[in-house]
Amino acid sequence: MKLLEYQAKEVLASLGIAIPPGRVAHTPDEAAAACAELGPVAIKAQVPVGGRGKAGGIKLAKTPHEARAAAQQIIGMDIKGFKVPLVYCETALEIEREIYLGFTVDRDARANILMLSSQGGMEIEQVAEESPKSIARLYPNPWRGPLDFELNQLVYEAGLGELARPISSVIKKLYRAIPELDAVTAEINPLVITKQGEVVAGDAKLEIDENAAWRHKELEQRYGAVIEGDPYEVEAKKRGLTYVSLDGDIGIIGNGAGLCMSTLDLVQRAGGEAANFCDIGGGAKAETVENALFVILMNPRVKGVLINVFGGITRGDEVAKGIVTARDRLQMKLPLVVRLSGTREEEGRAILRQAGIEPGVSAWEAAQKIVELTRAPAAR
Amino acid sequence: MSILIDAGTRVIVQGITGREGTFHTEQMRETGTNVVGGTSPGKGGTTHVGVPVFNTVAEAVRATDANASGIFVPPPFAPDAIMEAAANGIPLIVCITEGIPIQDMIRVKDFLRGYPKARLLGANCPGLITPGVAKIGIIPQRITSPGHVGLVSRSGTLTYEVGSALTAAGMGQSTIVGIGGDPVLGLTFRDVVEMFEHDPETTHLVVIGEIGGSDEERAAEMLAKGSRLKTVAFISGRTAPEGKRMGHAGAIISGNRGTAKSKEEAFKAAGVAVAETTDDIVGLLRSA
Repeated sequence: MKLLEYQAKEVLASLGIAIPPGRVAHTPDEAAAACAELGPVAIKAQVPVGGRGKAGGIKLAKTPHEARAAAQQIIGMDIKGFKVPLVYCETALEIEREIYLGFTVDRDARANILMLSSQGGMEIEQVAEESPKSIARLYPNPWRGPLDFELNQLVYEAGLGELARPISSVIKKLYRAIPELDAVTAEINPLVITKQGEVVAGDAKLEIDENAAWRHKELEQRYGAVIEGDPYEVEAKKRGLTYVSLDGDIGIIGNGAGLCMSTLDLVQRAGGEAANFCDIGGGAKAETVENALFVILMNPRVKGVLINVFGGITRGDEVAKGIVTARDRLQMKLPLVVRLSGTREEEGRAILRQAGIEPGVSAWEAAQKIVELTRAPAAR
Repeated sequence: MSILIDAGTRVIVQGITGREGTFHTEQMRETGTNVVGGTSPGKGGTTHVGVPVFNTVAEAVRATDANASGIFVPPPFAPDAIMEAAANGIPLIVCITEGIPIQDMIRVKDFLRGYPKARLLGANCPGLITPGVAKIGIIPQRITSPGHVGLVSRSGTLTYEVGSALTAAGMGQSTIVGIGGDPVLGLTFRDVVEMFEHDPETTHLVVIGEIGGSDEERAAEMLAKGSRLKTVAFISGRTAPEGKRMGHAGAIISGNRGTAKSKEEAFKAAGVAVAETTDDIVGLLRSA
């Protein structure tokens, strides 16, 4: 789960990190009220993607009147496929210097990496590319976290020795997001040193591991509903599916991310375009298949559906039953091609045939078939 | 010959009394695997699907001299199960469990540094099979046949797809290894490719990767230094939009590395044939 800026900042504040005063506004009137209370503010679109500044999602407002106008423009705006649900009105900081601080998972090292740079604020990725040595790095022990001397060393290596104490203290607090909240990314960029000498989080990015959602139900309850995205993705999430919307018109269901991705590749190769990625995972049950079909059929662009299941842990008979039940319950009339193979495939194929669905043999054949069926001019 | 498992492998199943544990223990035994026991706390002393059940891995190892473990316990308990196996001297630990939190796996990986003899396969993997001899995990025996092609894959279902195509084409396999799709894993492509390189029975190799991380690139770098294996690689996810999360946390594109293009280019640079679709793999392998 990628938290919105204001949510991430609330979490940082709960860990003891200083954040600028700010208010959430769902309407232009609320934004005006926030400005009246806080004085000049930045009105910031709340979306779980980067690049909102360039997209016009951040505006400065000196008066409540300006705040209202800015919020009017920003709320409801589309930023990289996300409809802005609300804005965050935040007091501008008097910036002395900007630092980069971030934790993430370095999958090649199979460890968490902590990165600190005196050149925060600007494009940190550019800094990383042009002068990688200007970013100090630490792989903290995952059982005990970073030790004091390690942090001290890190801060000096980043050329921030004169700020060793306050920065080490912020790092320790931010690190808590890893063991306590299962953060896979926790980033403060910029970490601002104000003219008054305070260390304040200027922006915040926090991503919580979906696999650990069961340990953090409060976060999900508190923030999960606010993050608006694609309506099909939202519905899929409610139903516990791994689903990503794409631009085409052929619905795809597969089991396993690799198989599902290669199914998209095959559909494209056959001349079609996938409407989505939907991985029903290992051990998929009848109910899961039904949920997946339901979400895919919500999308009016979808002209046909390709189901590609090659089972190991997923049992063919259960998948077949699910497909038949789902098709019947949803009164699906669109072309449906099912490629079913693997554990209990014969039982599964028999169930499909009985229900009038001819199972495909290879994934490539099945991909060509669904493209052909959805391209056919005659109504079916 | 084969890699990692053979007729001498004595397997215990952690979580043997669960639904998946039960089903797959039966399947493993049907393929001829020597399943010597299982664990399920509180059920020690009983027998389940024909094998003795123990309360702990320590008890199971004492009684059976097991040298491999298959883990079928739910995500909240799987990290502890992996560490329990390693701490009790099990040299091959295969974790099938899907959905283990990344931070738990990072701690497990750190713990395993203290047990250099323990090799972890997975988690979130289909396991491995030496066709006609033994398997740990969930790869259906039916799609396999004994032979000389080594197969290593990040994706479970694509492993079945390709294994089945090889078998249908009469190209048997020495060992099929699914390393799993999670971002933080045990054995890597590079580790497994190196084992195949040293296995005299393996003459051909198929590597099935996917977008995300740079394990494929690392394996390609090793193959570029010189390999006796005739190798074909396939990467899934070439049409996946950048930055969109595709199910596995593993399938995240980061920087210049990790894209399908970067991986395919790395293999091509190593002189490895790159298949456009899984259906092309058999043909390329024949002409390699």
